[in-house]
This record gives sequence, structure tokens and C-alpha cells, in this order.
Amino acid sequence: MRAPFISAAVLVCLLCSAASWAQKTAAQGIAEYRAMLADGNPADLFEAKGEGLWKQPRGPKNASLAQCDLGKGPGVVKGAFVELPRYFADTRKVQDLESRLLSCMETLQGFNAADVARTPFGSGEQKQVTALAAFISAESRGMKFNLPNSSVEEKTLYEVGKRIFFMRAGTHDFSCASCHGEDDKRIRLQDLPNLTRSPGAGAGFGAWPAYRVSNGQMWGMQLRLNDCYRQQRFPYPLFGSDATIALGMYLGVNAKGGESIAPAIKR
Amino acid sequence: MRKLFLQRVLSTVPAWVAAAALSGCAVVPPGPELDRLTADIVKASFRSEATAKVERLVQDDANRACSAADVAGKPLDDNLAAAIRAANLKTIRWPSDARYIGDWKEGEKIAQSGRGLTWTDPAGQPGGGNCYNCHQIDKKEISYGTLGPSLYNYGKNRGVADPYSEASRPVVQYTWGKIWNSRAYSACSHMPRIGHAGILNEAELRHVMGLLLDPTSPVNR
Repeated sequence: MRAPFISAAVLVCLLCSAASWAQKTAAQGIAEYRAMLADGNPADLFEAKGEGLWKQPRGPKNASLAQCDLGKGPGVVKGAFVELPRYFADTRKVQDLESRLLSCMETLQGFNAADVARTPFGSGEQKQVTALAAFISAESRGMKFNLPNSSVEEKTLYEVGKRIFFMRAGTHDFSCASCHGEDDKRIRLQDLPNLTRSPGAGAGFGAWPAYRVSNGQMWGMQLRLNDCYRQQRFPYPLFGSDATIALGMYLGVNAKGGESIAPAIKR
Repeated sequence: MRKLFLQRVLSTVPAWVAAAALSGCAVVPPGPELDRLTADIVKASFRSEATAKVERLVQDDANRACSAADVAGKPLDDNLAAAIRAANLKTIRWPSDARYIGDWKEGEKIAQSGRGLTWTDPAGQPGGGNCYNCHQIDKKEISYGTLGPSLYNYGKNRGVADPYSEASRPVVQYTWGKIWNSRAYSACSHMPRIGHAGILNEAELRHVMGLLLDPTSPVNR
């Protein structure tokens, strides 16, 4: 049911932008298109689903996630998203939202976190993790990023993330910085946020999870990074791997003070 | 044997961990340790998928030096930059029959295509040059990127009236070399080494040359 609705919205927008094309730059047209779509962001549906999943007893232990500690104490959801990734004493690891959810699903509900990590995006429990991430991020909507970045583990991983961000490799010698290292650049018509500092890092990092209109899918940050690496011509980053979390640390700390708009709507 | 083994174990335990444990006060490790830690984390964080093998994570000297300069936020040392340019210049394969210019219409198709070499691209199919992702080229195409300079009027702006003439030879050769291996001219260029990395073959590169340098190409009209 959703696909026809989206196509109709796209069509309406194409018509409206064609009519006033001469007076507008492409970027303005795209911004209007996004604003129109944001009026009915399908991410709402994923938020609602995620909220249900958070409260519902599930898994081998038939327990809910209501006691999951996302960094602000067991069960505290509001404000958790804008302080992740962070260090967790129980796992003795820096974790991002999605890898932390896997830990909670394992300890509280009895799921096998490694199995979920290996599950392809968009299927099985991965779908639930994305919906949960949509719900949890929405609870911090409008709040400002403020990662603690105070422990030696966090500070060390930030430094590692910076090195990974600038790591040029693969067939095309691309690094994250090839596209996201300068202000006001584009790929084709797509504006690229400068993720090395504020406000770009907040705008980029603070938009995911997001609903992608182009493929009708809800994407978490792990999938966002995964698809960046695909286009970089790198090999496949493992779900929740330390490299992805180090990048999350680097982007999240750089986003300090930026407002979270997740779950956003994207092209 | 035993001594060698111990040395290996000791060298893999980061010195900063040992120091931190001894002093009881944890600190962020110094740069070289961070570089080592990063390499270990990268190695453990990726797997091969289809044609995108983990071997792609191995950096050559230029990528290693340029990445480190980016992290430091400082340009490369002049001597190192010159050495990287010289080493990369040697890799350029000039067209064997000295034919530099192909069909600009084919070149346009290649410039438009962003396909090839990702883990979702089938192996063995012709890939694209990704040119429009970063450059303005034909003015009719409004969907172009701005990571690289505009190439509209590329040949015209450089006075190439006849790309086969002796007068045009330096520009034509430079353009071939720049596309084949951009680092021959700029040590830490962000442009992929299109020929060197096998992103395009010689025939495909010739067509892109036509798009940029043929006076009848829309780029120069």
C-alpha cells in the first residue's frame, strides 16, 4: 500500500518543481520535495512498531527490553540517543545504539547477538533492531548531541575513528573524507555534509536512522555506514564491528551541539 | 624459538596497555600505538564480499602517507610528495599506438556510469568512470557533482583546436596521464587512479579523452 502513495507524492512534486524550475536551483527544489514528504514521514510507522517491540515480552526468555540500559540507566530512553556511542561497564565496550540493542536482546531476552549481527539487513531480527532504533532515536528528537567522550576507551576509539575516517584504500583510493571532508560539496545533485566538524556532522550523523524514499526502506546508522563502504569499493563491514563504532564515535563527537532530527526522511 | 615467540607476544601487547595497567591511570595511547590499534581494528571489522575482497584494505605507500597527512591536518612533506609523484608517473601506460582520442559519444556514456567494482556489481561487466559524480562536463547534464573542478570547455579552454596536432600534444598527454594516475601530478589527489587501478581500460579511457578534447564533443562546442 505504501509504494503507490510514495510514487504519487514523487509525481506531484516533480510536477510542482517542473512548473517553477526556472526560478529555483536544484537544491531548493530538492529541499521543498523533502519538506513536502516530511509532512508524512513513513518513519512514524517504524517508530510505533519499535515502541511496541520495546515493551513486548519476546525471545527465548520472553522478556521485554524495558530494563535495557542505553547509557542513562535501565529503561531510560529519552536522551539516550544523543549520547551514543558511549562506554558500557557491563560489556566493557564502547557501543553504538544498534550494537547496544543486540547486547540487551541477548542478556534480557535470550537472543544470540552474534546470530542477529550476521542476519542480513531488512530480514528477521535485524528488521526489529531497525524499528527499535527508530523509536529510540525519535525519543531524543530535537535534543542536542552530547556524547560523554570522557573515558579513556571512548577517547581512544574517537582517535581510531578519525584514522578510519581518513583511511584511503580500495580500488578507487576513497576514504570517508573523499566525500565528507569539505563544506558545500555535492555528488551529482546530492549535498554532502562535512562530517569533520559542526554543523555538518550534526546534520549528517543526526539524521539516521532515516526513511529512504528512493528505495522505500528504513535504514539505521549501521546500514548507512555499510552502504557508504559499498560505494567506497571497500570490503563488507561487519555489523556492529569496532570500525563502525569508532566511526560513530568520531562522527558523534564532531556532532556536539547539533540537533538530532532522527528518524529523518531522505531522498 | 621460545625467545622469538615471547618477542612476538610482547610486541602485539600494546605498550600503552601495559603502562596504563602498571600506573593504574589510563591514558589515550600515543599516535603510533593508535595507528597500530586502528590497523588491528580494521583487520577485524571487514570481510570479503563478492569481488570486494579484504585485500583492498591494504594501502600502498601513497595511500598510507596521504591518510596520515589527512589525520594530522598537514600537507605532505615536499620530498615525500615529489617521491610519490615520481613513483606514480612511472606507472602510466601510454597508448601503444599513440592513439589518444576515441569516440566522445561512448565517452559520455562512460562518464555517466557509476557502475563497477562494488560488492553488488557483477564481476567482469564493463564499469563506468563515475566522472559526473564529481565533475561538471557536458553542460546539458545538470546532475553533476562538485568535488572536482568543472571540465566544461576542457579542450577549448586549453586551446585544443586539433587534438592530433603537435601543438596539442602536451595537453593531450597530460590529460591521459592525469586520468590514468592522478597522483603522478598531485601526490594526494582525491581522484581515483582510473587507468592504474583498472577502473577503465585503454579503449574506454580513449573515449573519455574524446569527450574532453574532441572539438566536436559537446564539452567544447
